[in-house]
Amino acid sequence: MNAPKDTSSPNSLRLVLTLAIAGLVSGVAIIGIYESTLPTITANKARELREAVFKVLPGVSQMQALVYRDSQLVVVEVADKNEPVIYGGYGEQGDFVGYAMPAAGPGFQDTIAILYGYQPAEKIVVGMEVLESRETPGLGDKIYKDPVWVGGFSALSVEPEIIAVKKGKKSQANEIDAITGATISSKAVVRIINEAHAAWSAQLPASGSEPELIATEPAGAEAEQ
Amino acid sequence: MKKNQSQEEFIKGIWRDNPVFVQVLGMCPMLAVTNSAINAVAMGLATFFVLVGSSFLVSTFRHLIPKQVRISCFIIIIATFVTIADYTLLALVPKVHKELGAFIPLIVANCLILGRQEAFASRYPTKLAVMDAMGMACGFLLALLSLGAVREVLGDGALFGVKLFSENFEPWVIMILPPGGFLTLGVILLFFNWFKFRKDEFLEEVAEAQRSSH
Repeated sequence: MNAPKDTSSPNSLRLVLTLAIAGLVSGVAIIGIYESTLPTITANKARELREAVFKVLPGVSQMQALVYRDSQLVVVEVADKNEPVIYGGYGEQGDFVGYAMPAAGPGFQDTIAILYGYQPAEKIVVGMEVLESRETPGLGDKIYKDPVWVGGFSALSVEPEIIAVKKGKKSQANEIDAITGATISSKAVVRIINEAHAAWSAQLPASGSEPELIATEPAGAEAEQ
Repeated sequence: MKKNQSQEEFIKGIWRDNPVFVQVLGMCPMLAVTNSAINAVAMGLATFFVLVGSSFLVSTFRHLIPKQVRISCFIIIIATFVTIADYTLLALVPKVHKELGAFIPLIVANCLILGRQEAFASRYPTKLAVMDAMGMACGFLLALLSLGAVREVLGDGALFGVKLFSENFEPWVIMILPPGGFLTLGVILLFFNWFKFRKDEFLEEVAEAQRSSH
């Protein structure tokens, strides 16, 4: 054993200094790694969001962030923290396609965060993507792994509200087949969309008067440089 | 002789003193993140980086660190490496980072790492400490991988995300749920203990035979 053999304790100053130096070096190292990875991490997040928006809104090639301020939807570069944001999706010519709405709510184990595409003209959901979930692997995770279920959100009417029915029982435009073995998780996704729709439907402008596309650069692009 | 010793320090971590199967350390990440092979490898590599990095520093500065504050110093060093690993994974492989979630910051609390600093790195020269850390980390990685591979194959019918069986394979969902981790680990530990038992028995038989032949 190479540990110091003397049993007398070194003076406190040395102990304090050792820890202070170790903490200082460690702090500098952490700041360094934080600063050097931050641009990549922000870019990754922005890219993920763009990909999700493009996925839930077929035919969209440009997007901008929208928030509800002073009883109308306004376009923002960066939304305030804690301010609910939705994304407007636009085609090549800047024509409005639909909204991508983030929504979250309790699932079977933890909060499920989703993004769904909404076409106000026909009042239908055109796509759904699970952004975050801790549902049971093999069962509840089918809400994003089961292609039949995810595909079920391609033209789903939200009027009067979406209803999850037993597999194979879908007969109305507002019904979707729940996943066998993941009933709670699939009902949770449906409830999250219904609640988000109820909260937003009054705040969305009448169909045809959606905010124009202003950003020439797609939102999120500035973070990607 | 010197070379043999560093080889010895490396090998012992993989088999004789395997951190998981023999020392039964680091059980928390072991059970939590081994539901797929890729998660197991990511966790193993992150632990490798942290363990080798901190063993190197601890061993290099072992004469400068007063023993009254050594544990705090070890933790500061380990935590720094963990933070570096955390941000690097988040930047390079965000998907894997999301899967591993809270278990990356929790590497700080992995008793395997602190244990190696206290038991080995703080008492031996840098070269041996690094060899020991690499051996232990490889042993940990192999253990994670063997558990993760078994659980993914049985629980998901795939290995590294590649489907192995036809559609007719019914996955044993329980294997990727927490109980599957305990079951698999139990079976592997059973094998290791059986192996050790057999070895002891064999050695005894050999000794017996030698005695009677005299």
